[in-house]
Amino acid sequence: MSIMGTRVIRTEDPRLLTGGGVYVDDVRTPELNAAARLTFVRSPLAHARITGIDASGALSEPGVIAVLTAGDMDDLDPPPPSSGEWDGSPAPLGGPWAEPLLAIGTVRFVGEPVAVVITDTSYQGEDAADLVAVDYEPLPVVLDLTDAVADQTLLFPAAGTNVSVANPLQADDAPFDACDVVVEQDIVNQRVACLPMEGRAAAAAYSDGKLTVWASSQNAQVTRFILAGALGMAPEQIRVIVPDVGGGFGAKIGIDRDTITIAWAARKTGRALRWVETRSENMVAMSQGRGQLQRIKIGGSRDGRILAYRLDVIQDAGAYQRIGGLLPFLTCLMAPGVYDIADVQAGFRQAVTNTTPIAAYRGAGRPEATAAIERSVDLFAAAIGMDPAEVRRRNFIAPDKFPFQTKTGAMYDTGQYADALDKALAAAGYDELRREQERRRASGDPWQLGIGLSSYVEITAPDPDAGETAKIEVSDDGTATVYTGSSAHGQGHHTAWAMLVQDELGIPMDQITVIHGDTDLIPAGVGTYGSRSLQLGGSAVHKAAIEVKDEARQHAAQMLEAAEADVVLDTATGMWQVRGDPDTALSWAQVAGHTSGGSLIADVSFVQERPTFPFGTHVSVVEVDTETGQVKMLRHITVDDAGTVLNPVLTEGQRHGGIAQGAAQALLEEVLYDADGNPLTSTLADYAAVSAPDLPSFELASSETPTDLNPLGAKGIGEAGTIGSTPAIQNAVIDAVSHLGVRHIDMPATPQRVWTVINQVRKASNQ
Amino acid sequence: MKVDLTVNGRQITADVEDRMLLVHLLRDVADLTATNIGCDTTSCGACTVLLDGESVKSCTVLAAQASGHEVTTVEGLASNGTMHPVQQAFHEEHGLQCGFCTPGMVMAIVSLLRENPHPTEEQVRTGLEGNLCRCTGYHNIVRAALAAAEVSS
Repeated sequence: MSIMGTRVIRTEDPRLLTGGGVYVDDVRTPELNAAARLTFVRSPLAHARITGIDASGALSEPGVIAVLTAGDMDDLDPPPPSSGEWDGSPAPLGGPWAEPLLAIGTVRFVGEPVAVVITDTSYQGEDAADLVAVDYEPLPVVLDLTDAVADQTLLFPAAGTNVSVANPLQADDAPFDACDVVVEQDIVNQRVACLPMEGRAAAAAYSDGKLTVWASSQNAQVTRFILAGALGMAPEQIRVIVPDVGGGFGAKIGIDRDTITIAWAARKTGRALRWVETRSENMVAMSQGRGQLQRIKIGGSRDGRILAYRLDVIQDAGAYQRIGGLLPFLTCLMAPGVYDIADVQAGFRQAVTNTTPIAAYRGAGRPEATAAIERSVDLFAAAIGMDPAEVRRRNFIAPDKFPFQTKTGAMYDTGQYADALDKALAAAGYDELRREQERRRASGDPWQLGIGLSSYVEITAPDPDAGETAKIEVSDDGTATVYTGSSAHGQGHHTAWAMLVQDELGIPMDQITVIHGDTDLIPAGVGTYGSRSLQLGGSAVHKAAIEVKDEARQHAAQMLEAAEADVVLDTATGMWQVRGDPDTALSWAQVAGHTSGGSLIADVSFVQERPTFPFGTHVSVVEVDTETGQVKMLRHITVDDAGTVLNPVLTEGQRHGGIAQGAAQALLEEVLYDADGNPLTSTLADYAAVSAPDLPSFELASSETPTDLNPLGAKGIGEAGTIGSTPAIQNAVIDAVSHLGVRHIDMPATPQRVWTVINQVRKASNQ
Repeated sequence: MKVDLTVNGRQITADVEDRMLLVHLLRDVADLTATNIGCDTTSCGACTVLLDGESVKSCTVLAAQASGHEVTTVEGLASNGTMHPVQQAFHEEHGLQCGFCTPGMVMAIVSLLRENPHPTEEQVRTGLEGNLCRCTGYHNIVRAALAAAEVSS
């Protein structure tokens, strides 16, 4: 029986459970034995000119080796000339928008690195960093997005505007004029912290012209590419090792300025260095997620047909644009969601503010699109007095229309949207939930029931042509080694890739080693983000296994003196034989031993023609205390269809984690600043990170609609949970109090916010 | 100052700064790196260890305070190569992904089950309020805790 699709528990676990993972701070290697600690001096102001830096106080402290600033970076070439225009790639904007490694003359957010202190120990680093005296001359701050696009105060005067990237909305009112009902709403998709449990961390050692960097990253090879460009080195001079990574969620795609600075400082000082950020640093200096102001307009007929939809986005870039305009681009691409709408208008402006930079966070532009359209559909349903499930059903893209070209330019591969909705509603017991809601409304129960829906589609492997690499080597001891360009940081690739190899080659999983994250061993690779790993990295492993098998067949045929066509592999036993003659059996060890080099090797890359589009429906059931505004998640039921499932254990784990992060944004989490740009949520004591008592257990229903774009039939599942859950929960909260006259509540639906809205509508209705 | 404590049955004697935290002693002096540091406000629980059998967050205990006491980290939990029932349950229920919160989470549950060998799901969730995980959505961690309670009964 094939191992594919079965519940295999992870091979990664025993090591992580008994000895703990080896994260950057745990790496014990001779090159880092004498590593000094690096501590950043960060800006305490949101916007200011630096008028002086005096390191003398720090330099006289015990254990202080050096204090370095941008002025010491005379060994770096200036960045190549750039117009500052976005070229469509998820790379930082250059030109007037360029983000320096250490601040040059101006700081633009609280937490921006200004200097580094190198000390023998981390405790000395904390002490000494406090003694670096930096003189600042405060500048006016820009925090609000509507202020930012008004260009009254500029973060980058040379750019002449705060709007760094735009694809402005081309508004046309005609389609709305033809509608029975039109609804408009401003929606805040608030800024949240990515919050991997391990923050950023890096170590670096430089000797004999070779730089070795250990980085907590989602991709070693991209990290090497960034380092080579920033430090003016050839990639071959740099080795990047990604050890265990304690979560990434998009915020560890490649590396940012802090890690580049570690590598530079190691080269500059000749000292091995290590840096592990504190959580307080992480909460102000690791890139954050979301941050959109959305204006929606939806119109349709009274019988529930949506005829026109408009989404106008202002994206908060934070102080620097680390991934160009990718987030609002993806939001606009996915604007119409699962619906077949005749007229879709979407556009965006991205603006800089004096806040922590925003980049990818689980979903990266797609949760924002889903939140906007799913909130809009509920607003429309409420306006025409129709059940939100029925409105969705009447507007889904029909199954016979795939592949479906959307009005915004996406090509959806496969989808069964109504099936997913029906399955989710049945699993939830939707009709009975509505009856229970009616009972509570009739009795005036202070705890009202809310039922929220979200039918979503998202884009995974959005860069399919970048592909992914895999190399498989079968040795003459019969073991296999898989070198993957994917970069697991919790997803279970080592288990999944071994399953793929066992299935194809018949070599048992415990004889298969999977290696990732070392550019000396795997020079070419792309990494893990955008829910791309199984469909690209897994397909690459599958392809490499087939190539290894083809090569092995040639050797086995020679050894058995048989025609290749007559030589078969029994994947149950991992033995090669002449068809129908078990006495001729040859093991993988014997076949590999027959090669001149003693091993069979296939080194491949797999590219996919187009992205894939997972979909599903989430049903959220919440209770809202109408007297206090408190929200309690009672149930969360999901259908998440990401094509063919390789290992349900891993898929479910991704869904669980995704749902929780969506719930976190819907109910709890928000990065806040005061009027001067000081972060108010810079510790975990202040930031309402979601924890176990905030959540119920989740109810997952399965659904598999394969894609034909890769041999595994797989789409991505890493971000679907977050994309689906966030609006379902938000919609449920609003649904619970809609009978009181509430139309909309922005996220997070904190007790204060829910209570305030309930009281506003009560006051209004009493007048 | 001089500290003298037992960690996973091993005697650790060291001369440390007065302000040294227990978690740094474990990681940097005893070289037991499984215990991780996830925050600086005693909020995340990644650094949870047992101090004389009860769970503490080792980022909020001075090394000096642990002197003369017994500390158990996740490295000291398995016996003779056999995982502790909580570790085994984490494995079987897929209670970990990136693994960073896991050592602290496992120690918190070991302590929780000692205090309450047969908790309800709600009691497990409340008991884990001080331990954050960003990967699992807590779903399988809760299942692992309940499964471990079942096995131990």
